[in-house]
Amino acid sequence: MWRYFAPAVAFLALGGLFAYALMRIDQGKLDIREIQSPLIGKAAPAFVLPSLTDPPHQIDSHALAGKPYILNVWGTWCGECRAEHPALMALARTSGLPIIGLDWKDEHSDARAYLAQLGNPYAEVAADDVGRTAIDWGVYGAPETFLVSADGIVLAKHIGAISEAVWEKKFAPHLKNGGRS
Amino acid sequence: MIPELGTLAMVLALLLAAAQAFFGLAGAQLNRQSWMAVVPAAVAGVWVFVVLAFGVLAYSFIVHDFSVSYVATNSNLELPLLYRFAAVWGAHEGSLLLWILLLSTWALLVAALSGQLPIAFRARVLGVLGLIGVGFLLFTLFTSSPFTRLMPAAADGADLNPLLQDPALAAHPPMLYMGYVGTSVAFAFAVAAMLSGKLDAGWARWTRPWTVASWMFLTVGIALGSWWAYYVLGWGGWWFWDPVENASFMPWLATTALIHSLAVTEKRGLFKSWTLLLAIFAFSLSLLGTFLVRSGVLVSVHAFASDPSRGLFILALLIFFIVGSLTLYAVRAPTLKSEGGFELVSRESFLLLNNALLITAAGLILVGELWPLLMDAFDLGKISVGPPYFNMVFMVPGVPLVVLLGIGMHAAWRRALLGSRKRQLLILGGGGRALARRVAFAFFGGPGMPLTIVCLAAGFFVMASALIEPIEQWRKGQQLPRAALGMAIAHFGVGVWLLGVTGVCSYKVEKDVSLAPGESTEIAGYTFKFLEMHKVQGPNYDADEARILITKGGKTVAELPTQKRTYRVNRNPMTHAGISVGPTRDLFVALGENVGGGKWSMRLQYKPFIRYIWLGAVIMALGGLTAILDRRYRVRRTAEAGAFEPGAARKAV
Amino acid sequence: MRRWLAVLVLGLASATALAIDTEVAFPDAARQQRYDRWIHELRCVQCQNAAIADSPVGLASDLRRQVKEMIASGQSDDEIRRFMTERYGDFVLYDPPLKPRTYFLWAAPALFLLITVGVAARVIVRRSKGPIDSDPEEPA
Repeated sequence: MWRYFAPAVAFLALGGLFAYALMRIDQGKLDIREIQSPLIGKAAPAFVLPSLTDPPHQIDSHALAGKPYILNVWGTWCGECRAEHPALMALARTSGLPIIGLDWKDEHSDARAYLAQLGNPYAEVAADDVGRTAIDWGVYGAPETFLVSADGIVLAKHIGAISEAVWEKKFAPHLKNGGRS
Repeated sequence: MIPELGTLAMVLALLLAAAQAFFGLAGAQLNRQSWMAVVPAAVAGVWVFVVLAFGVLAYSFIVHDFSVSYVATNSNLELPLLYRFAAVWGAHEGSLLLWILLLSTWALLVAALSGQLPIAFRARVLGVLGLIGVGFLLFTLFTSSPFTRLMPAAADGADLNPLLQDPALAAHPPMLYMGYVGTSVAFAFAVAAMLSGKLDAGWARWTRPWTVASWMFLTVGIALGSWWAYYVLGWGGWWFWDPVENASFMPWLATTALIHSLAVTEKRGLFKSWTLLLAIFAFSLSLLGTFLVRSGVLVSVHAFASDPSRGLFILALLIFFIVGSLTLYAVRAPTLKSEGGFELVSRESFLLLNNALLITAAGLILVGELWPLLMDAFDLGKISVGPPYFNMVFMVPGVPLVVLLGIGMHAAWRRALLGSRKRQLLILGGGGRALARRVAFAFFGGPGMPLTIVCLAAGFFVMASALIEPIEQWRKGQQLPRAALGMAIAHFGVGVWLLGVTGVCSYKVEKDVSLAPGESTEIAGYTFKFLEMHKVQGPNYDADEARILITKGGKTVAELPTQKRTYRVNRNPMTHAGISVGPTRDLFVALGENVGGGKWSMRLQYKPFIRYIWLGAVIMALGGLTAILDRRYRVRRTAEAGAFEPGAARKAV
Repeated sequence: MRRWLAVLVLGLASATALAIDTEVAFPDAARQQRYDRWIHELRCVQCQNAAIADSPVGLASDLRRQVKEMIASGQSDDEIRRFMTERYGDFVLYDPPLKPRTYFLWAAPALFLLITVGVAARVIVRRSKGPIDSDPEEPA
């Protein structure tokens, strides 16, 4: 007799799942489109790319080791990157960490003009024309910002425009133990 | 002023729908004749006001009233008239109004065509439909009104999604929604039966034509969507197992199972609780689909406004109707006893097995669709479940189903003594296999994959098997009753569909190339030559058009244009493919981009048998139509009040 | 409303301007088939509604090129799978991996079939034992 209630119970469970998912989406705790990076806690992918601002010079990720740094993926074609630019400028001053820019599939002349016009928050800018480095870092939409520890481990990743609030919540806590992983 | 009339009309419709629900359900429960008598009038009233609201929205589109937010978002001064009308259902809010319109239309049809139903039963059916209407009207009025104003009014609109500016796609939602909404009729019949506590073969006889009608629309709606995806989206695909596609396919599978289960209940009075469960299941899947694509819990190419608060409202509706009806089922089902047996091999057992396989398919699609959400919601990681999984998994119930179909349709009730049929079927089976091998050699130059042969053979076998009885009767100079003829036609359509799917999946050829004008390339024995490139201006777009000449063995097969359009308002580039249609294949050319050096990238495809997919679906739908027109469903002038005897089916007119 | 517009535009972008390679990836059928299979199995992480075979965005063509290079250099399917999931997680595979969390997903076909056919069989056997001619013959 009770087995006839099975469909109702099963459906109620399903409804519960949906309600739970909806509430978490509403609270901002669940984003069905956002992919958590599998790189967190792993070694930052190595790269050797030409510098945007000083073309013959190569930027080697190995040279960045020893100090924590921020990697910001951007492009002049990306509207949200333009929106986050002021926050990046502020971050360059206040965070105490170098921001390495990864100019993703961009026109070099456009990029240089962009930085000249809006200001350059980057300690160095690497130009990824082929896109291989972006793939290695698991980038799927600019802007994306990574925090890398002194010993080259990816500590955190933020997808979308960065801000003071995001910095405080997501990135700053990792620096409490001296920027080591 | 006029848009506010639309809102007013919807409010009035809501009140009348509430009256329909109350007087129908309470009136039947308390046996108040005067209350029940009001219901048909309420149904008509709801319909009138919903049509009014719909008309107001359509009017706002046609006269370019950009003070209405929904119009401003979905239309444009340059948008052709047909698409201005179709834009009414082009996005979330308007599509809900379409849903409500079709729901009230179904209710009107039920009210008009079921004079011979017992009054209390009919009142309950209409009452349930009214309740569903109330739910949707509340949802639309409170969270998704199409009549909200834009202050100040826009000078020009944003334009209708260019993908929707197409006749097939304009027709697709109305067809599809007629199907979706139609599942609520079978649901209403089921709930009415459960409320009254009586369910017998007569009930099945009344429910069946409504179910077949909604199935018919669903079939056509899905086929239209698939066909449209093929020729508009440019990559030549026709099914992607996208959540929205699954949202329509699952109710289709459930409704198919329901039709077959109703056949047994009508004939033998058996499988009553299965039939009830399937009716609830079909409607649930329909509502679930609505929920999934509008709430934002799933990623889909088709996703409407993703808004968690709207999602919660629909979820509440979903839980109310489904858990409510399933609880009613749990209470009533144990009392539904039926007598009757059948042999291990009989029509009944074939049908039961058929339904088991259909439900398995629907269940697998549901699990595949929801598992990523389940994992994500509980932070267990993010996975994707897509075509590779669904294609493989669907074959697990799918292949046995099509193999058994050709035999099952000849099984007799109670005991399937196939007798002389057995020999005929064996011959046809062998013929099917031979033909399949012939086809394989023609396309592939060899036997190819065993599964392909099995499916092609099954397709031919089903087609031939379905024609046995109609041909036999025709030879005897007799006519098959329409219900049986409809069944034969529908099953024949399944065979055709199967040939289409198997052919295109097994033997299609795709090639991406870059060509400059004058250059040519070859696939599947056809030569494609890029003739020239020129510019074209459309009503609301500008395009680069390439002309491609296709030849085979030196003879011209077709000259196809293919365009890369840029819609002036939207500025989104869109590919318009060129398709050469033939009796056994499609040739498909889609223009890509200017890659420099005078060359343009293109995708060329050879799609054997692809048209049979939609042809098969259309034939299935025609079969359904034929079956509904069977004389035993004719609305009788003489009221058979309370005549619910199982024997009613015997009175062949 | 604006958020809705964003969703609409996102939906548009993924279905418009055709994503095509400019040439056939491999001259030989075996590697071409492998390539075709992989570009249909990898999800476009950016637009998320298509495989990289059918997605128009730059990332998709970059990933297609990556797959082509990996097949050309003789890497195995496992290596390709590992490469992609190391960077994008399991999300990038349209064919979900076999892990404890997805056991149910992969067991589902056999499981559901067994349950439904099992229940059907039980009903059939039970009914075949009952009286078969309990109601008079009906016309077919």
